[in-house]
Amino acid sequence: MTDLPDHMSPTRSFQGLILALHNYWADKGCAVLQPYDMEVGAGTFHPATTLRALGPKPWKAAYVQPSRRPSDGRYGENPNRLQHYYQYQVILKPNPSNLQELYLGSLKAIGLDPLLHDVRFVEDDWESPTLGAWGLGWECWCDGMEVSQFTYFQQVCGIECSPVAGELTYGLERLAMYVQGVDNVYELNFNGREGEEKISYGDVFLQAEQEYSRHNFEFADTAMLHRHFIDAEKECQALLAAGAPGASANQMLHKCVFPAYDQCIKASHVFNLLDARGVISVTERQSYILRVRTLAKACGEAFLLTDAGGINFGSEAA
Amino acid sequence: MPDLLLELRSEEIPARMQRKAAGDLKKLVTDALVEAGLTYEGAREYWTPRRLTLDVRGLTARSADQREEIKGPSTKAPEQAVQGFLRKAGLSSVAEAQVVSDPKKGDFYLAVLSRPGRAAEEVIAAVMPGIIRNFPWPKSMRWGAASMPKGARFGGVDGKGSESLRWVRPLQSIVCVFGPEHDETQVIPFEIDGLVAGNVTYGHRFHAPEPITVRRFDDYVTSLEKAKVMLDAERRKDVILHDSRDLAFANGLELVEDEGLLEEVSGLVEWPHVLMGEFEQDYLEIPTEIIRLTIKTNQKCFVARLQGEERLSNRFILVSNIEAKDGGKEIIHGNGKVVRARLSDAKHFWTRDQGNLPDLQELEASAKTFALDLKKPLDQRMAKLDALNVTFHAKLGTQGQRVARIRSLAAKLAEMIHADAKLVDRAVVLAKADLRTEAVGEFPELQGLMGRRYAALQGEDASVAAAVEDHYKPQGPSDRVPDDKVSITVALADKLDTLTGFWAIDEKPTGSKDPYALRRAALGVVRILLECNVRLNLLPVLQAAMPGDAGAPTVSPMSVEGSEKAQALADNSYINETFPVVDPSARTVEDLLSFFHDRLKVYLRDQGARHDIIDAVLTPEADDLLMVARRAEALTAFITSEEGRNLLAGTKRAVQLLAAEEKKGTVVADGVSEELLKLDAEKALWSAIKAASGEATEAIAKEDFRSAMEALAKLRAPVDRFFEDVLVNDEDTAVRANRLALLKAIREATATVADFSKIAG
Repeated sequence: MTDLPDHMSPTRSFQGLILALHNYWADKGCAVLQPYDMEVGAGTFHPATTLRALGPKPWKAAYVQPSRRPSDGRYGENPNRLQHYYQYQVILKPNPSNLQELYLGSLKAIGLDPLLHDVRFVEDDWESPTLGAWGLGWECWCDGMEVSQFTYFQQVCGIECSPVAGELTYGLERLAMYVQGVDNVYELNFNGREGEEKISYGDVFLQAEQEYSRHNFEFADTAMLHRHFIDAEKECQALLAAGAPGASANQMLHKCVFPAYDQCIKASHVFNLLDARGVISVTERQSYILRVRTLAKACGEAFLLTDAGGINFGSEAA
Repeated sequence: MPDLLLELRSEEIPARMQRKAAGDLKKLVTDALVEAGLTYEGAREYWTPRRLTLDVRGLTARSADQREEIKGPSTKAPEQAVQGFLRKAGLSSVAEAQVVSDPKKGDFYLAVLSRPGRAAEEVIAAVMPGIIRNFPWPKSMRWGAASMPKGARFGGVDGKGSESLRWVRPLQSIVCVFGPEHDETQVIPFEIDGLVAGNVTYGHRFHAPEPITVRRFDDYVTSLEKAKVMLDAERRKDVILHDSRDLAFANGLELVEDEGLLEEVSGLVEWPHVLMGEFEQDYLEIPTEIIRLTIKTNQKCFVARLQGEERLSNRFILVSNIEAKDGGKEIIHGNGKVVRARLSDAKHFWTRDQGNLPDLQELEASAKTFALDLKKPLDQRMAKLDALNVTFHAKLGTQGQRVARIRSLAAKLAEMIHADAKLVDRAVVLAKADLRTEAVGEFPELQGLMGRRYAALQGEDASVAAAVEDHYKPQGPSDRVPDDKVSITVALADKLDTLTGFWAIDEKPTGSKDPYALRRAALGVVRILLECNVRLNLLPVLQAAMPGDAGAPTVSPMSVEGSEKAQALADNSYINETFPVVDPSARTVEDLLSFFHDRLKVYLRDQGARHDIIDAVLTPEADDLLMVARRAEALTAFITSEEGRNLLAGTKRAVQLLAAEEKKGTVVADGVSEELLKLDAEKALWSAIKAASGEATEAIAKEDFRSAMEALAKLRAPVDRFFEDVLVNDEDTAVRANRLALLKAIREATATVADFSKIAG
């Protein structure tokens, strides 16, 4: 780390921060994955977390996930709120016994010295009603600011986790604003260069924030979104049925889980868009959440019937 | 006598759970040791965010030998019974049992089991795993390789699936050392899920990550202190409190103390270090309470006021867990940024709440219902609350309907209490409006207080603004009671509506369950009536307030708005049923009145009243609680005077004699015959009774209990003399009957004031 040029430093550039985390977690044995190529509300939705958290097979992965929260759009006018932002996600299964130490090591790697900054683990239990998931853990505070979420998954897709996975989620923009000492997200230095060569976060995303805010709140076609929700729900169920064990002779495994799960993700994002457009009433809201959860549960159960889900885990070990 | 040191070190335990968990650990361990036949001199528990510690002193080294006899069946009993006995006693054959002869039952088996005492180490090793496995955490979790499925192995650890150890957060190490005070101690190495108890712990996460070997409590505490861990939470609290006060004082400020926050913060740090940060003066235009709550709830920091003033300063006090290399500059800088961002949000709410809502034309119907002026921000919020049909309770309708009920009840009460009807009405329609403000959406505990602020800002009458806040008061035994008549009226109407509503749908408090805080509401009514000297006959008021009685409101068809605020406001269930069938019967009202009586008793007892005196004055139909209290007061004063004590003794004697006669079936006449009065003492008593009961009755009618007692006090001397000079059991039956009638007259006369038979002594 020490021989990095200034513009690569995690305290000078947004991408430097991401690269430092990639280096750190790659060194700890994680598969460094790329973002999932679909719209999701949080890094947890990436199948590398949701599905891989299930079943007995050990797993270690780290990746950046662009996350979309349509109702958080502020037309680029709020210095802290974005409808599209980045999460850095790490999942370690089973969680190693020194996961807290590993996490603190990652903070050091991005320039936060725990003898200079007050790092604290403050109770915060995590729950995702749409994924049927919950876990216990903390908000990790650095000088009073929440910089990460630290969770020991107990249940995902309504299924008890065995083993338990540890999940770390870093809010990258917030962390970068902190280490760069910037108060407005759009002023973040993205590429670490100065003067003419500098690319800021605003250069990359400001226009997109304005346009997507219009889309999310004003322009999105709600009738079409309703149809898409229903289509995704049906397709998810159809794919799960088509790939189910026993659909053909001697078939023990489920043969179509990842594609079905994509439809579940899609339904979830469409629901978020409908919600941002303000066309979902309070009572309807509950029922939408329940419908997505039902899909997630079915996908989780199907995943356990696959190789990655560990259906052959015992026999492999033997 | 040996001591035991136990430490369970884990990842960060939620602050709110630490104190109770340490207490549970002490109770579970000491109970188990005593159960196993050991005794101890003392035990004390400690906790930090990362450890629960127990220090047990003066344990007995061994439990005593125990002998137990188990009686078996007769030697002639069937084989099955004999087998059952052997199993129960743990014997392998009858040869191991003794045969005992009994003259009545014949020969029977007896098992004599002797259990040799056990060493304390052995007991501890045996009980600890169970205590840890079944520890009563409010929420617990599994973790790591041990949570692999059974049969699987990872990193050298066997999977135990759902049976793997649960703890509040991963448990990392256990210290268990045992031994005499001045000698070598030893480790008791019990094992649980691969974790073996030892004598090694760790200090502060950042300042002292090296292992520490411990021998007993004394060196454990000293070593931890050196490793920047302050074990005793009370000491941490003390350090935080004093350092914060000092730091504030040195800056010309005064700490705003907050016990709840202090307790929480002491559970977030092992090595407290107090620092001071600041924010821009501009934010001080936000109400003090919002600033304090924003900084407390979100940042867990204290605020400070200017010395000798109510005004807050622009400083805040934070407690860090490290002594930073730069003296805390970075920490102060970082916390300041977050506090500023939070205050900026708060300022945003505060400003928006004073502005217009969109779509005002949709609120016109609601505005008309409640006579609201849609030009005013708080009026708009009330109209919105009504228009949204936000549920108050599924069976009690919407918030709007509730306000309508309170409004009609308040109008009736205003007349009785002589409060200004117009101001009361205005206060009622604004009382719940702040539930629609963003500030209350963010900090629900600010309800009422924010309403008052916004009411004052839009130029409401001072009593109206005060009532918007004070109608929630008093909230409990030590909260302030409102003193303005408008506030009193709205506060009573609000509480009585809640109580009659929940009584009507039969959702009364049971045992320790009181989810709608109905006991607190009834106590509030009692306190207002008594402390503000409000005369009110509750029965007709309760009858009138009971929903379903007259013109029961019906719920209009569902109309739903997709706002997230609507959801935040209520339990987000919208009702689509008509108003429920309620029980308007007199019994419900009586039952509620007796609930008030119970609260009144509790209240008067807390004020030091004797419960026998309360019982003596409280009749089931008494519905003017102020009068009950006055009567109890007067009676207490009387009963503790010498006159009163003697009259009580005399009256009790009369009552006892009468009771004995009445038990025998003697009918005691109601009138006294003056011709049959022979002795002076009789004659004097009779004329005293006539005079006293006349005076007492008159005084009671005027509710002048003191004079009534004084009138009765005049009976004391004649009663005493009567019992000295007169023998009730005269040979002449007519005289005797007349004397009994005289005794009855004493009882009747005192009963005008209270039932003396219920008073002790």
